[in-house]
Amino acid sequence: MKLTIASGKGGTGKTTISTNLTSLIADMGKNIVLTDLDVEEPNSALFLQTKLSNTKISNKIVPTWESNDCTLCGKCAKNCNFNAIVAMPNEILIFPELCHSCYACSELCPTNSLLMKPTRIGEIKEFETKNFPFIEGRLDLGQEMAVPLISQSIRYTKEKYKNHIMIFDAPPGTSCPVIEASRGSDFVILVTESTPFGLNDLKLAVETMRVLDKNFGVIINRYGIGEISVEEYCLKENIPIITKVKNDKNIAKLYSKGELIYKQIDHFKNSLDEIITFIGDIKCVK
Amino acid sequence: MREVVIISGKGGTGKTTLSASFAYLAGDKAIISDCDVDAANMHLLLDANFKKQEDFFSGELAVIDEEICTNCGNCFDVCRFDAIYVKDNQHYIDKISCEGCHYCSRVCKQEAITMQTQKIGDIYVSDIKNNSTMVHAKLGFGAENSGKLVAKVKQKAKLMALQKNRDYVITDGSPGVGCPVISSLSGANLVLLVTEATVSGLHDLKRVLQVVNNFKLKAVCIINKYDLNKKMSQEIENFLKVENIELISKLPYDETFTKALAKTQTILEFDKNSQLANLVTQSWIKIKEQLK
Repeated sequence: MKLTIASGKGGTGKTTISTNLTSLIADMGKNIVLTDLDVEEPNSALFLQTKLSNTKISNKIVPTWESNDCTLCGKCAKNCNFNAIVAMPNEILIFPELCHSCYACSELCPTNSLLMKPTRIGEIKEFETKNFPFIEGRLDLGQEMAVPLISQSIRYTKEKYKNHIMIFDAPPGTSCPVIEASRGSDFVILVTESTPFGLNDLKLAVETMRVLDKNFGVIINRYGIGEISVEEYCLKENIPIITKVKNDKNIAKLYSKGELIYKQIDHFKNSLDEIITFIGDIKCVK
Repeated sequence: MREVVIISGKGGTGKTTLSASFAYLAGDKAIISDCDVDAANMHLLLDANFKKQEDFFSGELAVIDEEICTNCGNCFDVCRFDAIYVKDNQHYIDKISCEGCHYCSRVCKQEAITMQTQKIGDIYVSDIKNNSTMVHAKLGFGAENSGKLVAKVKQKAKLMALQKNRDYVITDGSPGVGCPVISSLSGANLVLLVTEATVSGLHDLKRVLQVVNNFKLKAVCIINKYDLNKKMSQEIENFLKVENIELISKLPYDETFTKALAKTQTILEFDKNSQLANLVTQSWIKIKEQLK
């Protein structure tokens, strides 16, 4: 089973839910793996005691110019739809950060003067924790495109842990990185909070999930503060509310120190139990 | 005209609430731009009236004309994005996967594939509270290139500030360290980093600061929820000293943030005599000094 934990708005508790839920399910003796796909700002590791077990360089494939046979015809620049290649009078300039790795420039070059070669964009790291394996995608600073690293991190997880329950901690927002993190999953949990910001971003996330034709449910975090509009919206739209996590400053305090919550706060553990029951009802957890 | 861009790396640190409060304080001295186009929120606090300005087009999508297509499979062979699929012996484009690279249409011998420009969002120039104006946008679902939309929103706000002779542009930036945030930072006179006293707050601050430093931009910082974890707050302060970044203010963990939000008010409207409102007002004064 593959489960993505996402949210439109940042800071609603995605990582808190992902890390605590994975750890609790692992405590129950299940085979489970957590993958942090928030590759721009990966945070899950801060809440786990980790021991690095493997590092894999993440590359994207971009063209490099071989001048020998090049006639400077400029077809490569015309064939690139992302302005990543500029044909100068004496040379071909390549801007790797704009490249989408479509191969058109290289494969349509009459003289084979553009060779596709890997260039580093980040790292996929695997860690052991006390009770489950943990994988993290981390984008190099200065890199603009998160999607290739997200899809590579998912592939790494699937290849290595295909019989495990897979939990993916998604990046915030509603655009391409979130879609990449959600599209292959069996179910998406959207974490929100009961504020106008939470509601506004939840609506965007819901529309995205509907475009993707994904099954999803909602967790309302910091429940009890703010107002009831999020709950009303979910009821009206027939979206399952998986659990409501009570607003509690003690959760924020434990979070600030990088500690797991469920071992210390009972009502939080109860909420996780509700999530586990809910997941069990969607599909038989292996 | 001077621009301050407010970013946080991590979400939920109070970036947008603070940006809206500064916008409220600046009133008609500023033009506001919301560059968090992925999950734009600031309009909620500032009563924006969503005056549509223009459609935003970016990127392309391949479209197959089934009448002309002979299903030779050339397009399928070259697509690196698994965006072409076959159903009942007919080739189709998966709109969500298509990156708009144009490769398929270039190798189609029948010329059955055309590229269509995509409308990916709407741009608004709205009237907001306190006689001010805000440029903001709504990104289409599953659209990419939010970086380009960010650039457009910023450019519009700056142009308007020049034309209307405003002193400031206040930009609510995007989260993360990738394309949208890089776009939000370009050309800024000052970057305000809003962080919180948590392990993730510091972690994300360090990462986003490196991006800011790559552009050689001047940065200042606000630590929110500092009393949630005073040890962590001190650690952040030490880090700021080493990095030579001025600490503008430390704000307490205060449910006023959420209570004001629930009423869609800025902190200043909710209770202008509160300690928090006072701290925010002082912060804006300091930011203005830094912008000089």
